[in-house]
Amino acid sequence: MRFMTLYKSGRESDTPPSPEEMAKVGRLIEEMTRAGVLLSTDGLQPSSKGARVRISEGKLSVVDGPFAETKELISGYAIVEARSKEHAIELTKRFLEVMGEGESEVRLMHEAPAFDSASPPQTGEAKERRKAAPAGR
Amino acid sequence: MTAPDTHRAIDAVWRIESARLIAGLARMVGDVGVAEDLAQDALVAALERWPETGVPDRPGAWLMATAKHRAIDHFRRTKRVAEKHLELGHELEARQETAVPDLDAAIDDHVGDDLLRLMFTACHPVLSTEARVALTLRLLGGLTTEEIARAFLVPPATVAQRIVRAKRTLAEAKVPFEVPRGAELVDRLSSVLEVLYLVFNEGYSATAGDDWMRPALCEDALRLGRILAGLVPLEPEVHGLVALMEIQASRSKARVGPSGEPILLLDQNRARWDHLLIRRGLEALAKAEALGGGSGPYALQAAIAACHARARTPAETDWGRIAALYEALARIMPSPVVELNRAVAVSMALGPAAGLERVDALTSEPLLKAYHLLPAVRGATEVADSRREASVEVRAAGAGARRGDRRRARATGAGATPPG
Repeated sequence: MRFMTLYKSGRESDTPPSPEEMAKVGRLIEEMTRAGVLLSTDGLQPSSKGARVRISEGKLSVVDGPFAETKELISGYAIVEARSKEHAIELTKRFLEVMGEGESEVRLMHEAPAFDSASPPQTGEAKERRKAAPAGR
Repeated sequence: MTAPDTHRAIDAVWRIESARLIAGLARMVGDVGVAEDLAQDALVAALERWPETGVPDRPGAWLMATAKHRAIDHFRRTKRVAEKHLELGHELEARQETAVPDLDAAIDDHVGDDLLRLMFTACHPVLSTEARVALTLRLLGGLTTEEIARAFLVPPATVAQRIVRAKRTLAEAKVPFEVPRGAELVDRLSSVLEVLYLVFNEGYSATAGDDWMRPALCEDALRLGRILAGLVPLEPEVHGLVALMEIQASRSKARVGPSGEPILLLDQNRARWDHLLIRRGLEALAKAEALGGGSGPYALQAAIAACHARARTPAETDWGRIAALYEALARIMPSPVVELNRAVAVSMALGPAAGLERVDALTSEPLLKAYHLLPAVRGATEVADSRREASVEVRAAGAGARRGDRRRARATGAGATPPG
């Protein structure tokens, strides 16, 4: 299952992160990439360098940045391949711990399934494993 | 958090941490079976404690510390108490003295080597292929016996037994927990790659209505392949295999129609190919080639897959290059299936007449006798890209319908079949 996490730092990203922060994030990214779960990630530059393009009632409009509502500004994204929503959440927690501040939205990507198979298990896997453990020894 | 939530969170933590937990413990106790038992004990402890206390901030470190305490108990009960106990006790004390983040760092220092040792041990040649697959998914993939059974359409008891026997075999053969060196490394690495590709193909051959666990095997194989590529970054064939799997996986959505019917490569809607995976696959292939490994069997197959991935439309396909790559592949992995694919590529590049000569030469091949597509290939070039479906037929026809046989066939000749 593929998830996109959208990170909102809660502030404009015009102050570049400190070398220490960069190193910490870099280490986590490397670790998650090596673990094979992180497919793609990047940070976003200040909204002053971007724009909003909108269509409403058929009319297109373009508003250049910066945008006022800093709380809602996306500072970066990651695409991870996880086994479950909980798995994606766990990975996101580790990212946020490194960032120290902010919020991440974890969203399941709309990958059309290759097959119309039964859904992934939702509950009690660990319990099953506990029961299964002696059998597996 | 409610109890089911906690259980799901524990499941997720286990998925992330179990391999390095088992790997780290195996280094300490020198036995993967014991290491897994200890890790399971730690998991059981987490299942008991965390619903009340909540998931700790550093769940991996918690599990490792708990497992180490169990390890000490384990050694107290066994004869080798004295020396190992001391050793472990010191290590544990030393780690407890340092701050928590440093505990993580201390584990991380070893974690790469430990994971690599675990991969080589799980794929050790003293084990049957089926045992290697089961053990790899269990110890490195973090899958339960039940999940492995569902993925491979066998009873859980069968998988459980395979794993028990595999651990016993490793212990009895006194297989050291280490990374092989020199010439042995090449052979042993190819065993690891073979296991990963088998797992991938098992997932890739899942069909409509199959349990969700089956296609998920592709993700497991890819994830383990990416991990391996990080652990042995200078081994070109590892990057070659990762490239092959990434590019094949990029087509998984496009290769099945709405009612589950297979769609041949040239008929696929290329907009539905996963370009993120293609990009990753092309990067991995570039690494394999930069390391001088462009002529390895996986890198060659990946290069063929890449020719298709690079073409925005079927008409843009570089068939000349594909034919040349098949020629190179035929030299290192001679097989009638490779020859047939080569003939198809030649006919696409130079016209049917050139391809027909080769196809005619193949009609007497026993392996291709029951190959229903051969007459079709002979008659027209339309089916040029039915290779994957074809390869399934060859596996079944050439080696009987039983799963084990099919798998053997795949491991020998049919493994050379290119992706669809």
